Amino acid sequence: MDLSLGSEYDEFRIEVKDFLANNAHKAPKGNDLRGDTAKDWQKLLIENGYTARTIPKEFGGFGAEPDILKSRIIAEEFSNARVNTGLGGQGISMLVPTLLEMGTQEQKKQFIRPTIHGEMIWCQGYSEPGAGSDLASLTTSAVLEGDEWVVNGQKIWTSTAHIADWIFCLVRTEPDAPKHKGISFLLFDMKTPGIEIRPLVDMTGAANFNETFYTDVRVPKHQIVGERGQGWQVANAILGHERETLAPANTAQTRINALIELMKTDTADGERLIDNPVYRDRLMKVQGQVMAMRFNELRVLSARLNPGQDAGLSRMITKLEGTELRHELEGLAIDVMGEIGLAYEDNPHLRNSGSWQREYMYFLGLIIGGGTSQIQKNIISERGLDMPREPKIEKSR
Amino acid sequence: MQFGLSEEQILLQDNVKRFLNDNASLDHVRKYAEGESDANIWAGLSELGVAALLIPEEHGGIGMTPLDAAIVAECLGNNVAPGPFLGSAVMAPTALIASSGDHGELLGELAAGTHRVGIAFGEAIKRRNDAGIQVSNGVMNGTSLFAFDAVADSYLVADQNKHLYLVSASDTGLTRTVLTTVDKTRQTVELTYKDVAATCISTEVSVFETTLDIGRVMLAADTLGAAQDMLDQAVDYAKQREQFNRPIASFQAVKHMCAEMAASLEPCRSMVWFAAHALADLPDEARATACHTKAHLSEVGKAIAKTSTEVHGGMGFTDLVGLHYWFKRIGANRQWLGAPEHVRHEAAVLQGLVA
Repeated sequence: MDLSLGSEYDEFRIEVKDFLANNAHKAPKGNDLRGDTAKDWQKLLIENGYTARTIPKEFGGFGAEPDILKSRIIAEEFSNARVNTGLGGQGISMLVPTLLEMGTQEQKKQFIRPTIHGEMIWCQGYSEPGAGSDLASLTTSAVLEGDEWVVNGQKIWTSTAHIADWIFCLVRTEPDAPKHKGISFLLFDMKTPGIEIRPLVDMTGAANFNETFYTDVRVPKHQIVGERGQGWQVANAILGHERETLAPANTAQTRINALIELMKTDTADGERLIDNPVYRDRLMKVQGQVMAMRFNELRVLSARLNPGQDAGLSRMITKLEGTELRHELEGLAIDVMGEIGLAYEDNPHLRNSGSWQREYMYFLGLIIGGGTSQIQKNIISERGLDMPREPKIEKSR
Repeated sequence: MQFGLSEEQILLQDNVKRFLNDNASLDHVRKYAEGESDANIWAGLSELGVAALLIPEEHGGIGMTPLDAAIVAECLGNNVAPGPFLGSAVMAPTALIASSGDHGELLGELAAGTHRVGIAFGEAIKRRNDAGIQVSNGVMNGTSLFAFDAVADSYLVADQNKHLYLVSASDTGLTRTVLTTVDKTRQTVELTYKDVAATCISTEVSVFETTLDIGRVMLAADTLGAAQDMLDQAVDYAKQREQFNRPIASFQAVKHMCAEMAASLEPCRSMVWFAAHALADLPDEARATACHTKAHLSEVGKAIAKTSTEVHGGMGFTDLVGLHYWFKRIGANRQWLGAPEHVRHEAAVLQGLVA
C-alpha cells in the first residue's frame, strides 16, 4: 500500500493549480457547446494539455504520453476548483477514442481536430425503439448502392441530435449474418437529406434526447469505420470505458460535501437539519457508501498503473453502484428539505440552483441508460461470478 | 502509487488461508461450538506469526502493520474461525504499545501466543442498565457485560472514563459467567469484579481510542471475509442446485441476488484496506474512516447474510449446511464495539458536524 504519487506528480499538481489560479476566470459557465467562450477555453486547455491530452499533435491534440495519474490530477484539481473541464459530448468522449483505435488515417485527419476544438458536434445513433438492452438486434438498415450506403430506419435517445453536425451510427449491412456480425459503423452529415429529428423531452424537462428518422439517407461508401460487419466490435472498443466513467466517486464526494453544507445551513423549526438525528444518520450512511466507492476507484486506478495487480470485480461494479448511489444521495437531499425539496426551475426557494431534483432524476436516467442496472447485474453474475446465461426461449410464431 | 496488497501480504494471506482450511474447517468450527478448545488453532496460528504480527521485534514480535492484521482478520472471518486474534493479537498489544508503561514481558508472551487477553469495552462505549465499573487505588468493583474473546488469562477492561485496566483471570474476586449468544464461534462472558486488583494501563483517552479504532477495523475485516464466503457459497450452491431442469444459477432472480451481493461487497474490500492503512499512516482520517468502515461493513454484511441464506433456500435455514455460523458471526461483529447507528454518530462527531 503506497498512496503517494511521487514528486513528479506533486509538481504537476502545482502546475495545474497555478494554471487554474491564473486562468479560471476565462472558463465558460454552463453547458453552451457552440459559444465562443467555450471554444476559446477549449483551445487554451488543449494548448496546456488539460484536455485532449493524449491525442497526437498531428490530429490537433496535445500529444502527451498517456499518464493516468496526470489525467486524474487534472480531473481532481478542476473539480476542486469547480472549473469547466472543457468540451464534452459523445463526439469527444466516444467517437474520437474510437477513431484513434479503429479509424483510417484519413478519418483521423478529417474528424479529430474539428471535433476536439468544438467545431464539429456529434450525436450517437445506437439505440432503436426495438433495440435497447438488446442493442445488437438493431434493424436500421444500410444497403450499398454503387458508391453509397442507403440508410433507412429509426434511432432513439439520440442525444444532441438537434445541434449535431454529424452522427456516428450503427446500421445493419449484412441482414443474413448472425446479429452481432451484421452491423457496420457509419459516419454521416446530419444535413444529409432524409433525416428527421423530433425532440424527446425527458422527466427533468430538458430535451437533450431525440428520436431520429432516416429515409433513404445516402452516405458515401468510404464513411465507414472498420470493415463491413465489424460495427459491433468498433462500438464496443470503448463502451466499457464509458460505463466506468458515468458516475465518478469524485463527483459523489463533491455532492455529499454540498449536502453537508446545506444541512449545516438550512433549518427546520429553528434546528439545523444536521442536528436531526434521523437525517444525520442517513447522511452518514451515504457518506460511508461514497467513501467505499472512492476507495474502490483507487483500486481501479491502481490496477491500471500496476499491470498484474488483481482488481477483482472493482471495475465491473462501478456503473451499477455509482449511479444507484448518486440517485440515493440526491434523493436524501430532497427528503431532508421537506417541501423545499420540491422546488424546481424558477422557484425562488431553490437550493444549489435546483440541482438536487435535477440530478435525482438525471441519475435515474443513468441507472437506465448505458446498460440498465439489470443488465449490469447480468454482466456481474455472468462474467464476474461465472453464472450461466438464461436459456434462450424459442420464438413462437 | 499502489493501492492493494504487496507480494508479502498475499503470501501471508495464502499461508493463513491454507492453515485455516486444514485446521478450522466447518467440522472444526462445529466442535468448537460444542465446547472443544481452540488451543490448537491458536497455537498453529501463533506458529505462523499471527499472534506476533503487531508486536515490535524488540518484544519478540514481527512488527507488521494494521493492514497485515486486517488480512488475517479477513481470513478468520472467511472460515468463521475461533481464536483470540482480536483481543490477544490486536487490541491488547495495541493498547500496551500505545500506553507509556513498560509492558515488554507481557508483549513477549502475547507474541508467543502463550497469553490470551479478553476485551471488556462495553462500559466505555455504551453502558447498559446494571453494568458499570468503579476503580479506586487499583481496586476494581462492578460489572462488565459481553466481554469477548473470553477464554483468557487476563482481561483488558475499559471503564466509563475510557481508562484502561488489565485484570488477571485468576484473581479470586473475578467471576466469569459465560453469556450465551447467537455466535458460538467466539465466547462471550459477563465479568463481575469484587475488589479485583486492576493494573492501570492508561488513563489517556487516546490510548483507548487507538485500541477501539483498530478493533473496529478488524471486526469490519472479519465481516468482509465472512460475507465473501457467504457470497461464494451462494454462487457455488446455485450452480449445483437444479430446479425446473436447470441450475438455479441460470435464473435471473437468483443471478441478480448474487450480483447485488458482489457489487455491494467489492468496494468493502478497498474500504477495509484503506481503513487499516489509515490507522498507521493517515492519522487525520483514521478515526472517522474506522467508524464508517465498521458501519458500512455491518450493513453490507447483514444484507449478504440474509441474501446468501435465501439463495440456499430451505437448506440455508438448516444446521446441515452450517451457513448460520457465518450469519451469526456477521451479526456479532455488527453489535460489538458500537453498532452501526452508534458508530455513524461518532463519525459525525469526529467531523465536527454535531456536538
